[in-house]
Amino acid sequence: MASNVNITRRVALGLAAGALALGLAGPAAAEVNLSGKTIEWIIPFSAGGGSDTWARFNAPLLSKYLPGNPVVVVVNEPGGGSTKGTNLFAARAKPDGLTILGTSGSTQFPYLLGDPRVRYEYKDWKIAMAGPTGGVVYTTPSLGLSGPEDIAMLKDKELVYASQGATSLDLVPLLGFRLMGFNVQHVFGFKGRGDGRLAFERGEVNIDYQTSSAYLKSVQPLVDAGQAVPLFSWGVLNEAGEVMRDPTFPDLPSFVEAYETLTGNAPSGPEYDAYFAFFTAGFPAQKMVFLPKGTPDDIVAAYQKAFEDMKADPEYQANAETVLGTYEQVTGPLAQALFEKGTTITPELRKQVATMLGDEYGVKLGED
Amino acid sequence: MVDTLLSALATLLTFQHLFYMLIGVSIGLVIGVIPGLGGIAGLSLLIPFLYGMDEITALAMLIGLVAVIPTSDTFSSVLMGIPGSSASQATVLDGFPLARQGQAARALSASFISSMAGGIFGAIILTGFVVIARPIILSFGSAELFMLALFGLSMVAVLAGRSLAKGLAACAIGLIIGSIGGAPATGEFRMIFGFDYLYDGIPLVIVGLGFFAIPEIADLLRKNSAIASGHTLGTGWFQGFRDWWANIWLSMRCSGFGCIIGSIPGLGGSVVDWIAYGHAVQTVKKDPKFGKGDIRGVIAPESANNAMQGGALLPTMLFGIPGSGAMAVFLGGMVLLGIQPGPSMVGADLHITYSVVWSLALANVMGAGICLALAIPISRLTQIPFQRLAPFMIVLVCFAAFQATRSLADLVALLGLGVLGVLMKRFGWPRPALLIGYVLAPQAETYFYQALQFNGWSFLGRPGVIIIGLMTLASVWFGLRNRVDEHGNVVPNEDDAPDVPSFKAHLPQIGFAAAMAGVLLIALLDSLKHDFLAQVFPLSVSVIGLAMLAILLPQLVRGKTGHHAHFDAELTGDHVGQPGVGTLWGGLAWIAGLVGLTALVGFYAALLVFFPLFLVIRAKAGLVAVVLMTAGAAGFILLLAWALSLNFPSGVLQDMADLPWPFR
Repeated sequence: MASNVNITRRVALGLAAGALALGLAGPAAAEVNLSGKTIEWIIPFSAGGGSDTWARFNAPLLSKYLPGNPVVVVVNEPGGGSTKGTNLFAARAKPDGLTILGTSGSTQFPYLLGDPRVRYEYKDWKIAMAGPTGGVVYTTPSLGLSGPEDIAMLKDKELVYASQGATSLDLVPLLGFRLMGFNVQHVFGFKGRGDGRLAFERGEVNIDYQTSSAYLKSVQPLVDAGQAVPLFSWGVLNEAGEVMRDPTFPDLPSFVEAYETLTGNAPSGPEYDAYFAFFTAGFPAQKMVFLPKGTPDDIVAAYQKAFEDMKADPEYQANAETVLGTYEQVTGPLAQALFEKGTTITPELRKQVATMLGDEYGVKLGED
Repeated sequence: MVDTLLSALATLLTFQHLFYMLIGVSIGLVIGVIPGLGGIAGLSLLIPFLYGMDEITALAMLIGLVAVIPTSDTFSSVLMGIPGSSASQATVLDGFPLARQGQAARALSASFISSMAGGIFGAIILTGFVVIARPIILSFGSAELFMLALFGLSMVAVLAGRSLAKGLAACAIGLIIGSIGGAPATGEFRMIFGFDYLYDGIPLVIVGLGFFAIPEIADLLRKNSAIASGHTLGTGWFQGFRDWWANIWLSMRCSGFGCIIGSIPGLGGSVVDWIAYGHAVQTVKKDPKFGKGDIRGVIAPESANNAMQGGALLPTMLFGIPGSGAMAVFLGGMVLLGIQPGPSMVGADLHITYSVVWSLALANVMGAGICLALAIPISRLTQIPFQRLAPFMIVLVCFAAFQATRSLADLVALLGLGVLGVLMKRFGWPRPALLIGYVLAPQAETYFYQALQFNGWSFLGRPGVIIIGLMTLASVWFGLRNRVDEHGNVVPNEDDAPDVPSFKAHLPQIGFAAAMAGVLLIALLDSLKHDFLAQVFPLSVSVIGLAMLAILLPQLVRGKTGHHAHFDAELTGDHVGQPGVGTLWGGLAWIAGLVGLTALVGFYAALLVFFPLFLVIRAKAGLVAVVLMTAGAAGFILLLAWALSLNFPSGVLQDMADLPWPFR
């Protein structure tokens, strides 16, 4: 697996600009005609669940806005924590624009961690769209907090978090809480964030996070009833690759702000870089749509245009919030920047995370 | 609340809603009839059509589909002995013997009436329960969920068969199979032996079909006869209805269980039918014939599994936690419709919840009515010589199996477990005990670890834990006194098993027990490679299993003729000495042939070769019949695959050449 140097903000900007130029160079999209064709959208997860729902939401819209209105079918290829279907795509898909892949954080993480089952290389592919997501960390008022500004009170508390596993998307809170110096007991084996929220409501855990739409629907009522206290949102990335406040939660600090409140400094250093890589792969660049290696630029541009155009569709606007959360799907330079950031880790950082997981949580990642 | 209820009912009873519900019900019935395909496949079919539909109509369609799958899956459970979906595995135990005795129509109609009653009763419970469900569901913490898993495991007591040591060893094997893959506490991968396939563990559908469908197909195929021994289909409908009426309280109790267990997130629905079956065996006093064709063994699980679907909707809608694969797809469908699950489902959106609950009841009535009408014609399948039916069954079972991960490995796993299943059936190892162990292994391990993490050992003192613990003890006590197996009641346990007085004749069963000891030993050695948290569960299970075999093996070697541990269907089965009975391995060889061909040329091409070969060589069918049946099967599978938009498992050929779908 190739691993590039960790990208600095300036490089990201440069890349973004390059991608922009590329996007401008490709208005030839009109020449692509997919009429009468069937497009297979490989989803390396089972039916049901977030990624499948996301793809099934997008598929008819994609069909409507691609030139020639091809049929778009979602093909589930589950297995191996999403590595099986992705390997299949890497090995089989032809660069004709008729096979596309939808990935999730669970596809990015094994790649970043050097899982032996990974036989795909993100850098080979071309990105058509990136779907960001976000989330909010909250705790219980019984620890004495009344708002996000009291976060320092958590410093010496014994915190318990319901985790789906150290190599799952819950690696992000694991690394984030470590960075903040919290003493958190991670209890593994939960099936999803919904399960974790239930454990919070039962009082079994005292710190939790939910993705934005679940937070608004299920945790906000708890906050209003005085049974939960929000701490911070994970934040979103701007085109320069900086963590900003999540626009869905303008009153909540981002992770970076919360860190500054706690320590007085902006986060930095290798531990933050490790957190940042997995954060990007897990939130701002969680869902991505790829075309295979060597796909001609005009086809890529046609896809980008379709994903861009569908945003004005009433069908999209009616249900986007429940399906996608409160985040716009992005294409072009921002998607390219998120893609780069979310699939890049230095060998040193990977080793550092792997060693930490092995030593502290007994997680063995296998040989790279 | 009454207003909400009535207005929900009024919108529901319009023509449009009933029409869409009927579409959902019809698709659900077809999907349910096909063995191995369940709610996941059905819902995936419908979801592309949800666009542009209004919420309540679309929900009615989805609910119609989900509700009736446990109704129509009974067809293959009763008629073929093949569980139609995971919800009706227990129905096989008594339903299939009834079909073989020529009472298929009676068993089916009793089961459909029970399904309908279960569905309606479940909806009535839900109507009241939904309002108070939140605090009740929240009172089940990891500790209580662990105890519920133990309660489920206590059903092994009733299903352990004649030899308790054998039964517990089978359960241990099931628990070991269930612990393959990532350990819940550390994510370490156990017993994967370098196969990517095993990282996720072996899927439920493969285990269910491998242990129940394959042995049944192999068994039927060697006898070359129709499934039903007599020429009648029994007295039919009215007998079935009377059977249900006579056991209405059993049906109500089991619906209650189904509804409540379904509504507790985390336990999973796959064990509900076994709990209901176990309950029936434990409580029925009058003339029990369980295992040999007792109608109450059909009524209990069928009442429970439809009610369970209703219960399972609660955690899905209230908390967004799907209790099963089908519920996960249902949740996806809800989100696509713009309905976000959450507490408002019992507040502002209560009318949606009620429309769902009552759609459920209505769909159950529709589904049961259609199934009743179809019961007698479909029962005639049991009178067809099985060698004509077999290629359809084999292809369908394989098709269902590769829904799991859509790869050749699914078929290989199916074949491997099928061989194990055939041998377990032959040597009297109780497969239900294994299945319960398999289903509950992840729950038992995960919740035990979580309970210890959250509460320490003091979790044992929680009131909920104590109550469920007492229920478990009672269940074990009554279970052990009422043990059953495929040959009926086995208590009091006398050493009068059919047997052959020769040590040499016992060698195969001794060898199989030794091989099972080998499996447990491999599990034990594998567990030693892992961290404490990942090793403690498989280690304890394999030690207990080995201890059971340490009891069983000497009994098998030294036990006198007729010792209760002895069993080998090849020595004492009904077919022994009968003319025209093929070998035990004939059916398996055909299945292996299909899997092997798939590895070479991919599934669809393999099917096109397998079907005519089987019909010509094995069934001695005429040319016209061969062509018609092959075309019918190939067309049907193609239609299904197209509707589900799936690619067939590929073989060596596909690696070398680029072929068009469906050969791709």
